[in-house]
Amino acid sequence: MAEVATRAIGAPVRRIEGRAKVTGAARYAVEHDPGEVAYGWIVQAQVARGKITDIDDAEARSQPGVLHVLWHGNAPRLEEVSDAELAVFQEPRVAYRGQIVAAVVADNPEAAREAARLVRVKVHEEPHDVGLRADHPHLYKPDKVNPSFPSDTDKGDVDAALARAEVTIDHTYSTPAYHNNAMEPHATLARWDGDRLTVYDSNQGAAAHRAPLAKAFGLEPEQVRVLAEHVGGGFGSKGTPRPQMIVAAMLARISGRAVKLPVTRQQMFAFTGYRTPTIQRMRLGATGDGRITAIEHRVFEQTSQIREFAEQAATPTRVMYATDNLRTSHRLVRLDVPTPSWMRAPGECPGMYALESAIDELALAVGIDPIELRIRNDADAEPDSGKPFSSRNLVACLREGADRFGWADRDPRQRQRDGRWFIGSGVAASTYPAYQRDAEATARVQPDGSFRVGIAAADIGTGARTALTQIAADTLGVPVERVRVDIGDSALPRAGVAGGSMGTSSWGAAVAKACEALLAEMERGGSEAHADTKAEIEAKKDLARHAFGAQFAEVRVDGETGEIRVSRLLGVFAAGRIVNPVTARSQFIGGMTMGMGMALFEESVMDRRYGDYLNHDLAQYHVPANADVADIEVAWIEEDDPELNRIGTKGIGEIGIVGTAAAIANAVHHATGLRFRALPIHLDGLVGAGT
Amino acid sequence: MVDPQRAAITLAINGAEQHLEVDTRATLLDVLRERLDLIGAKKGCDHGQCGSCTVLIDGRRAKSCLALAVALDGSSITTVEGLADGDELHPLQAAFIDHDAFQCGYCTPGQICSAIGMLEEARAEGAELTPEAIRERMSGNICRCGAYPNIVAAIAEVAE
Amino acid sequence: MKPFAYERADETARAVSTVAGSHGHATFLGGGTNLVDLMKLGVATPERLVDVTRLPHAEITETKYGGLLIGAAVRNSDLAVHPLVRERYPVLSEAILAGASGQIRNMATIGGNLLQRTRCPYFQDVSKACNKRAPGSGCPARHGEHRELAIIGHSEHCVATHPSDMAVALAALGAEVHVHGGQGLWSIPLTDLHRLPGEMPQRDTILAPEDLITHVELPPLPLARNSRYRKVRDRASFAFALVSLAAAVEVDGGNVADCRIAFGGIAHKPWRARKAEETLRGRPATPDAFGAAADAELADARPLRDNGFKLLLARNLFVRVLTDLVDG
Ligand SMILES: Cc1cc2nc3c(=O)[nH]c(=O)nc-3n(C[C@H](O)[C@H](O)[C@H](O)COP(=O)(O)OP(=O)(O)OC[C@H]3O[C@@H](n4cnc5c(N)ncnc54)[C@H](O)[C@@H]3O)c2cc1C
Ligand code: SF4
Ligand code: FES
Ligand code: FES
Repeated sequence: MAEVATRAIGAPVRRIEGRAKVTGAARYAVEHDPGEVAYGWIVQAQVARGKITDIDDAEARSQPGVLHVLWHGNAPRLEEVSDAELAVFQEPRVAYRGQIVAAVVADNPEAAREAARLVRVKVHEEPHDVGLRADHPHLYKPDKVNPSFPSDTDKGDVDAALARAEVTIDHTYSTPAYHNNAMEPHATLARWDGDRLTVYDSNQGAAAHRAPLAKAFGLEPEQVRVLAEHVGGGFGSKGTPRPQMIVAAMLARISGRAVKLPVTRQQMFAFTGYRTPTIQRMRLGATGDGRITAIEHRVFEQTSQIREFAEQAATPTRVMYATDNLRTSHRLVRLDVPTPSWMRAPGECPGMYALESAIDELALAVGIDPIELRIRNDADAEPDSGKPFSSRNLVACLREGADRFGWADRDPRQRQRDGRWFIGSGVAASTYPAYQRDAEATARVQPDGSFRVGIAAADIGTGARTALTQIAADTLGVPVERVRVDIGDSALPRAGVAGGSMGTSSWGAAVAKACEALLAEMERGGSEAHADTKAEIEAKKDLARHAFGAQFAEVRVDGETGEIRVSRLLGVFAAGRIVNPVTARSQFIGGMTMGMGMALFEESVMDRRYGDYLNHDLAQYHVPANADVADIEVAWIEEDDPELNRIGTKGIGEIGIVGTAAAIANAVHHATGLRFRALPIHLDGLVGAGT
Repeated sequence: MVDPQRAAITLAINGAEQHLEVDTRATLLDVLRERLDLIGAKKGCDHGQCGSCTVLIDGRRAKSCLALAVALDGSSITTVEGLADGDELHPLQAAFIDHDAFQCGYCTPGQICSAIGMLEEARAEGAELTPEAIRERMSGNICRCGAYPNIVAAIAEVAE
Repeated sequence: MKPFAYERADETARAVSTVAGSHGHATFLGGGTNLVDLMKLGVATPERLVDVTRLPHAEITETKYGGLLIGAAVRNSDLAVHPLVRERYPVLSEAILAGASGQIRNMATIGGNLLQRTRCPYFQDVSKACNKRAPGSGCPARHGEHRELAIIGHSEHCVATHPSDMAVALAALGAEVHVHGGQGLWSIPLTDLHRLPGEMPQRDTILAPEDLITHVELPPLPLARNSRYRKVRDRASFAFALVSLAAAVEVDGGNVADCRIAFGGIAHKPWRARKAEETLRGRPATPDAFGAAADAELADARPLRDNGFKLLLARNLFVRVLTDLVDG
């Protein structure tokens, strides 16, 4: 019988941990059972700015079952940490409403919750400022934007080009604050064994969480172990340590017990990160036949008083369209608000909403089909840097999408109707950088001939565990069943976080390299190998590496009630090699669904008098529900790009959300003739649009 | 004297009788997760807004985060841990794997329990389960990963 | 959650006297889907819960007049799929199914549904002022975030809305609420159960704490066979109403012979549209007449800064649902 060649990469391998997830066997952070356990509960500040003068915890402590109440007056001192959000209970200042000011630990969750309610925090309140405005007097230019891009760029002479342009577009777009709202709330289980600390934490990178935790408690990294085998989503908000991890470790130390500290859904709206609101001014200049001559993209955003996070919303404009005159800038203002952070495609996601809306407006202004306009302005080198692209298939995505969507049959006239429904369609481009970070991995052959690979990677639902298993299997030349990949443990070889859509590229390369090394080692009679990809990454050519895509949306708007339904979404992506078509499709669909939420439902509402996000639960902050998602189609262009990494991947976790909101907003405009430049598009402005 | 804030209850959980003394404040969800180590039911919101804690109470789907354990004395509960027959997965569990109807998996036990209850409701009503009907009936289960189309496909396959 | 004692009532009179004798510290527990939620938030802090779900009010029976008597402990989902409800009062079935989710409807009782509290965000957050929760503390919604709140019948002290969908249908159908209270047995029209906020927004209804709802009675109403519920919300499902409408109409020779109409999502109570009904009776069943009737009903509306859209939405929804009903 002929041998069947194992080619796992590209095959629709089912999720390795699927069975554990559908049977309830998969354990997430605080679901581990450490024996005798105590329960923590967090107490939050109720003013946006001020100084705690006293905390009265007598009533809380008198509750049966309560072990301790911790606050700045009695908490252990921490070592200096770089992220001030982690310096919990170190000083009496309140930097934002909802900040952690005390915590309770008790025998059972009911007592912990009740005691937390009874802690009385006395604060000397100061006037606060939580309002982002494009003319805020305290706007400043950050040194760099996330992760390390220049804040401003300026090529050519934008002002002159705009003055000369036959057609100009000048509009301001805005996006509200959005919360990641992963399904599993942040949570930590902490346990001390002497001076060794073990935490089960819901996060996107065990290794990345170990270092700051060790530092805060003055420990060597080897004394700390962070485990995150299964993680209920993160979307960026679990990429950096959150303060509950520190609090859990403190409570465990003080109580001498293992402590479970779950963050509540409501609390997640304060101290676990969110996407900054943005105000974005877009100016485009073009010739009458739609050639772009100038682009200016100016972004205004907020950050907190205690930590700078500068979302790189203008960076996609540095990548997208060919133009000789290109200027981008980011301005921040420090407000008395929670610290914003990563949320799925930070930068690209809000930035492309603005850029791709403006491009749609330009297409209408010059009377050119929006797909044709984009094709006409495609860039053959990265517009800002001039670097060549390793590969760029934006045009192929647009063409393929147009075919699949039936774009040729689209009547460009607005306000087409089907009874009382307006129907319209829209398109937008998508892009996301193809990053790779160095990582290490080990591979070992077991006595029974199976293989075991280890890397401190994370699978937050991306399918990383499965993809890495496929990569290992192919490299070793064995079926996936013979390989087990261990992840989610800081004791494993060092790896970066699941973020920046670089998991498969970064970890996969290390896994492949380790497996290759193991094969060589086995020839020499060995059974274990270790690999580090640092050198090969440093040797990479200086190219622009990005994934691209095209998003199509069809919407129906009830002309009487203003209700909007997304009847179809299509995304076509060029994201390098697709390791697993099943899990990749799920990732794209998930991103697009979140993009629909961004466009139509999601918005973190702040009452400025109070200064916190008011609609802090899932009944008020609306993420898409099942009934909202009618028909999502996903396709991709095969790319064979040798300049990326060993695996040939560009990353797929984030590009799915990029451009979706613009495609939907453009479709709403096509349907109704109304242009909404502030997200989300609620029905308020569409009621009676048909009359 | 008996403590009025505690109560002795009996629950039949996945077929096994459990005699428990509970704090009257304890929800079924917390009793399952913290007392019985049945961590299949998840806590995504603790306020009835996400569906990840869905279990079957006396055969009907319910959100265990809003159910006080003390009020359920005498009930029978089925959690995701009670669905498979030994190694043999429940058809919905198998369909969820086949259709990749989850990503992070955190909403998944709730989706599966909800779907079981929903299929039974539709059967009792004699209602037709179009994809649209499945979507509406499953809208009490939020999936932030956005696995909805695959969830609907998995359920539709089993519904047939 | 504040510690509390729990008891399962098996006799109505005892349940009522327990709560009556508690000086406001005891309260009834239905399915708990609203009360337990509010207890976790610290909004409700009862010291004793009297579980009324096992009382003998858990059945749906036909009255001798051809109406329905619905026990207060009946679960929302059982009422929604009851064959007589589907046949004779489809608006009620649709309203219930438009609310919450399958799981919650399986838990929620009829009594609890009627007495669920507002979803005003300030009310649910004990760190903020709210006259309804903490009388005299102020109403931050009035000049704050009130996009989803009332446009009619509100007061300076409160602009909250009543969140129930089912109650809107019941208001349109002329349901009667049976109460076993401290003062004995009595009943009132559902439209008189809920109050407008006025100066006492802390009181949602006219009930005293010990007044137990035992049944809801639906009168025989042949025109309700042609009835409908439509709910407009921020996503396609599992969200509270921005505006909803329950309507039943009978047309005779092109004219409206009779109708029953109520709005949801616009006021502190389900808003029975009596002015509109009166305007319509005997008039031609046309969109123009429906529009005029809606205008008559909504003439007293006073939208707030950010919820003006609800006024046109309510009008358009009115015209749409009635037009659909007469078109069949
Ligand atoms: C996430 C979510 C979404 C929801 N969406 C909707 C929606 O879209 N539309 C909608 O209409 N509803 C919605 N609801 C609300 C839901 O319908 C109510 O919570 C439910 O109907 C309350 O019924 P219950 O039996 O659980 O009441 P409980 O929570 O037990 O009680 C509520 C109140 O009624 C009192 N009470 C209960 N029974 C009696 C009685 N017989 N006599 C006197 N007093 C009594 C209790 O003391 C309490 O004050 C939603 C709820 C949640 C959690
Ligand atoms: S509207 Fe009513 S419930 Fe809302 S804050 Fe004002 S008083 Fe409270
Ligand atoms: S945890 Fe129960 S519904 Fe979210
Ligand atoms: S699979 Fe992650 S929330 Fe549904």
